[in-house]
Amino acid sequence: MTHLENVVLCRESQVSTLQALFGERHHFSFPSIFIYGHTASGKTYVTQTLLKTLELPHVFVNCVECFTLRLLLEQILNKLNHLSSSEDGYSTEITCETFNDFVHLFKQVTKAENLKDQTVYIVLDKAECLRDMEANLLPGFLRLQELADRNVTVIFLSEIVWEKFRPNTGCFEPFVLYFPDYSIGNLQKILSHDHPPEYSADFYAAYINILLGVFYTVCRDLKELRHLAVLNFPKYCEPVVKGEASERDTRKLWRNIEPHLKKAMQTVYLREISSSQWEKLQKDDTDLGQLKGLSAHTHVELPYYSKFILIAAYLASYNPARTDKRFFLKHHGKIKKTNFLKKHEKTSNHLLGPKPFPLDRLLAILYSIVDSRVAPTANIFSQITSLVTLQLLTLVGHDDQLDGPKYKCTVSLDFIRAISRTVNFDIIKYLYDFL
Amino acid sequence: MEKVTLYSLLDPEDQEKLWVSLCCPGWSTVARSQLTATSASQSSSNPPTSASRVAGTGICHHTQLIFLCLVETEFHYVVQLINHALKELMEIEEMSENVLQVHLNGLLQINDKIALKEITRQLNLENVVGDKVFGSFAENLSFLLEALKKGDRTSSCPVIFILDEFDLFAHHKNQTLLYNLFDISQSAQTPIAVIGLTCRLYVKIFKEQLSLPAEFPEKLFAEKWNENAQCLSEERSVQEVLQKHFNISKNLRSLHMLLMLSLNRVTASHPFMTAVDLMEASQLCSMDSKANIVHGLSVLEICLIIAMKHLNDLYEEEPFNFQMVYNEFQKFVQRKAHSVYNFEKPVVMKAFEHLQQLELIKPVEKTSGNSQREYQLMKLLLDNTQIMNALQKYPNCPTDVRQWATSSLSWL
Repeated sequence: MTHLENVVLCRESQVSTLQALFGERHHFSFPSIFIYGHTASGKTYVTQTLLKTLELPHVFVNCVECFTLRLLLEQILNKLNHLSSSEDGYSTEITCETFNDFVHLFKQVTKAENLKDQTVYIVLDKAECLRDMEANLLPGFLRLQELADRNVTVIFLSEIVWEKFRPNTGCFEPFVLYFPDYSIGNLQKILSHDHPPEYSADFYAAYINILLGVFYTVCRDLKELRHLAVLNFPKYCEPVVKGEASERDTRKLWRNIEPHLKKAMQTVYLREISSSQWEKLQKDDTDLGQLKGLSAHTHVELPYYSKFILIAAYLASYNPARTDKRFFLKHHGKIKKTNFLKKHEKTSNHLLGPKPFPLDRLLAILYSIVDSRVAPTANIFSQITSLVTLQLLTLVGHDDQLDGPKYKCTVSLDFIRAISRTVNFDIIKYLYDFL
Repeated sequence: MEKVTLYSLLDPEDQEKLWVSLCCPGWSTVARSQLTATSASQSSSNPPTSASRVAGTGICHHTQLIFLCLVETEFHYVVQLINHALKELMEIEEMSENVLQVHLNGLLQINDKIALKEITRQLNLENVVGDKVFGSFAENLSFLLEALKKGDRTSSCPVIFILDEFDLFAHHKNQTLLYNLFDISQSAQTPIAVIGLTCRLYVKIFKEQLSLPAEFPEKLFAEKWNENAQCLSEERSVQEVLQKHFNISKNLRSLHMLLMLSLNRVTASHPFMTAVDLMEASQLCSMDSKANIVHGLSVLEICLIIAMKHLNDLYEEEPFNFQMVYNEFQKFVQRKAHSVYNFEKPVVMKAFEHLQQLELIKPVEKTSGNSQREYQLMKLLLDNTQIMNALQKYPNCPTDVRQWATSSLSWL
């Protein structure tokens, strides 16, 4: 099995457990196997590679694609049909509506010559989707060997633990197998495995070391790390290509790549910009400080009064109504400090989220913060509606509420600070939480 | 109308009985009370002898009103029992010529329409039914059973209905199938018998489970294996493992799983099971799967879990949102942490969403489109002991993170 060892790294014990479970071709195996582990821990890859290498008859279905029962059952049956009648060019598509019909058709399909006397494996990937389908589906698949009276094993692959699958009325317990997460040494080994042939393995290993040093505390997902490794490698090689440093000059290389990786964490890792945009930026060698992602606020340009409406909405959402008098009246008189400054950390409004406010309050605050006189024209009201469409405000409560609409401001503090800076308004002074 | 009861499917020496009931109009309440009653069934280890008893009592043309409901704990021995009994029954020539069987399963026939189609199929009456349209379920069923009448219309074939996963049939709409079956059996038009099987909640002998059956092909190996099994069952550590397992669960199936796990290690180079195999298998059985998942989280995600733990301790399990968790995390990072970098909010949000994807935290109520993600109330699905145990095993945990986890009030 050396071929298997070369293809599947760091998973020797899981492979040997699975091989022991499969046994000889004609042996009956355990009716259902449940494999769980983190994403990118190799569950799908190992299962598929093992079944293909051992050339066992199997059907692989991803349950995310099958949002109805029919899609799932028909896919399994058609793939099995395809397996069994590989000599004929064309085979009729099977239709199947219920699990009962599935069991009957399954019995028929597995009577075929090249499927008889062998264990047929059905692999259901992303099995957590099965919980949301019909209630008899999961218990049925767990006992398919008994219900169909055939040599079949169903393998479930999932990220979620088995305890969350178990139906309330009980079911046949599958064989539960855990795929442990990769340790940092394993990750290094696997990532160094796909080094491009132009550079030496040591050079690439040093690069992977730096990459893991930056990203390991945030993310251990192998897929993400591989993606980042591929994207950032050209930048790492740049000094070597330009001739400024040799392959062994680790300090220079590190100084070159480190800010780049930090920037990558804020953008490409979060998918704020696409990988093709990232690669273009690297080639153009533009100043990375200018880089802004999708959620950045600079691309939103609002008219003058809309900005003030938004600021007024933010103030209305995050200041309690009783404090309006103190902030927005010119002569607010004496206000008892003790009553006013009842601060308890938990009720800081910035932790709890925005509160709804009526339209009148918004307009009142708006009139007080805008310097010039604002006429309550239809213009102002239509701007409020546009802000709702942009999802910077949301309408709370029913559409046809008779005593006036209520709104909520759904922008973040950073966003509103940037906006208020553009109109020279110091919003922090007006926020109750920052008194 | 003769009533024949089938009971005592086990040797009388065992003194255990499987439940039996007679059909009556209020069958659903009767059945339900049977199903909820804790079954004191201990299945025998020799199905063949008990099956002969069933065959002995038999079903003759004159019997009516037979409903047998078998309730047992999880292992499905009863299904094997019934199959065995029926096989022996069919060996009697008179039976195999006359008696028909219909096997239904609650998992497959999830409503009465499908069940009726299945009955038609199993009685091979598809041609007879053809394109007929029936007014009601009862009409359809009685038509099917009429069709089984012999030429001289004096008597019709008796049918045995075996309903596996009986409790699922009880959940059908109006329980039409069951009512009709019992109605027919009561009205004595056609002799039918109904056997219902359902499972709920059993003891085991280690040696007997592990011994190879007599028909095993390799005689020599079988002997050596049985000897090994004998030695193993006398070893102290093995007995401890089994005792511990028995204390946790008397379920036969969990013992089966334990043995399966240890048998997995038997290979050509390691032909006999050892005590070590059994102990390692026992460890695998008692593994906490959520702790395994926590083991694979990144340091940032662990910090978020610790922050949530502190919030839970402080505010007594009230639901929290992302903003609160981020606040706690920032307090930790700004005050003491040297090993954890002060990550940007979107990066922390991504880690938070990963935890949600793994179902370690769950939203308290369904999301409405209006609310922002940061303010959605969540709750943590791990408790404090689980978190602390998982942290013990967490590889390369930075010391300040670990200290933060153990202390709580000093951070405020």
